[in-house]
Amino acid sequence: MSRLRSILAPWVLAALLLAIWEAVCRVLAVPSFLLPPPSEIAVAAVQNLPLLVSSAWNTLAVAIIAWLAASLVAMSVALAVSVNRLAEDAVRPLAVMLQVTPIVAIAPLVNIWVGLEHPERGVILLAVVVAFFPIFSGALTGLKAADPDLERLFDLYGASRRQRLLRLRLPSAVPQILEGHKVAAGLAIVGAVVAEFVAGSGGAQGLGWRIMEASHRLQTARMLAALFVLAGMALALYALLQTGERIILRRWRGR
Amino acid sequence: MTPIAELDGVEVDYPRGRALGPFDLTLAPGEIVALVGPSGCGKSTALRLLAGLEAPTRGSVRRASARGETSVVFQAPTLMPWASAVDNVALPLELAGEAKTTARQKAAVALQRVKLDGIDAAKPAQLSGGMAMRVSLARALVTNPRLLLLDEPFAALDEITRRALAEDVHQLWSQSKPAVVFVTHNVEEAAYMASRVVVMTRGPGRVAGETSIDGPLPRPHGFRTTAGFRDAAEAISTTLDAAMAAA
Repeated sequence: MSRLRSILAPWVLAALLLAIWEAVCRVLAVPSFLLPPPSEIAVAAVQNLPLLVSSAWNTLAVAIIAWLAASLVAMSVALAVSVNRLAEDAVRPLAVMLQVTPIVAIAPLVNIWVGLEHPERGVILLAVVVAFFPIFSGALTGLKAADPDLERLFDLYGASRRQRLLRLRLPSAVPQILEGHKVAAGLAIVGAVVAEFVAGSGGAQGLGWRIMEASHRLQTARMLAALFVLAGMALALYALLQTGERIILRRWRGR
Repeated sequence: MTPIAELDGVEVDYPRGRALGPFDLTLAPGEIVALVGPSGCGKSTALRLLAGLEAPTRGSVRRASARGETSVVFQAPTLMPWASAVDNVALPLELAGEAKTTARQKAAVALQRVKLDGIDAAKPAQLSGGMAMRVSLARALVTNPRLLLLDEPFAALDEITRRALAEDVHQLWSQSKPAVVFVTHNVEEAAYMASRVVVMTRGPGRVAGETSIDGPLPRPHGFRTTAGFRDAAEAISTTLDAAMAAA
């Protein structure tokens, strides 16, 4: 019963907020270009559904490619750095610098590097930059957080560096690695959308482009419809990864 | 008889001060020695020196056992949570280069020796505290060590499990008779487990006194009620009290 209530709670709250929104717009006669009521947004979503779905797919594809690339790069760097203190000291400040630099600030530079005629490459690269840090940071923290007594045991039995990495540190880091990937997936979507604002989108236009296009035309209902599709997509991806994480951790811990 | 290990005037200094010593300990093959002393006296540091996991700041450590012939059991079971019981036990063999199949077969036998049947595939989270400690013991014994170091292995267990495990450790010891160093806070546990009890002073630990415990190993039924056991426990307590008062 309490499980059912906790599942229903966010839906009920969302419905309540939408109802209040609808009522306020109608009672106060708020102009549509300023704030359309949810019903108008729903109509705009239905009318533009094929376009929104194909745009959502474009954004999702960019986010997934960026997430996978970020995973490959971040895991490789974290693994390499975890076995060498000096390398960690050298790399960590650069990684933090990359994280705190606003993506909009480096987008023009990235566009020039990948070629102005290939904005889609710039979008992917910028989404990779955004998704890199949580995976790198999670993996590095996990790789260095193995049980000290287990580390001593590996010392005692004369484990090689490779054995220590593959049989102790990497498996120890699984929870943090999964958490990093989960956070990075959401950031990859944010990165893909923001990058599209700044870098353009080339032939395959995503939701970022749709939002910007609707904004320029003052089609607020269309803009909000694209925004809702984006939020729904991010939520669905998060839920999927959350479930995957739970299943893997259950197998990892044995319960 | 050549000692299996010898600490000769060892001292260990950490940045916050001296942790141990000067401390001497000679360990004959097959004997069970208990180290008793207050918290922070350096018992675990002495154990790490014997294991070769740490080097002394001064003094010397001589060990007759080669790498792979020393095993340690820590206060916590220290198992890999992602690995099954049998994989945890097989770890030392696999790290030494043994084939996975052979290592797992030997690990399964070691689990049977510590009275754990049918839990080969279980993960540590699925085991009770006592069972997890038995898995840890099986992992320590799977290599047939000549030197077995036990760092307060029963500290986190209830009294009934402690007693059962103490008897089992003696039974297992009697099969291959490794030299054993057993660290404990518990005077009665020390008198039951060991043939010799070394009492340490407050940190930095030195030898405050030694007590030999007469009686066969493994201990016969009812050993805890004998006059010999009570006298030994009292002698250890007296030495410990004197060491605490002097510090």
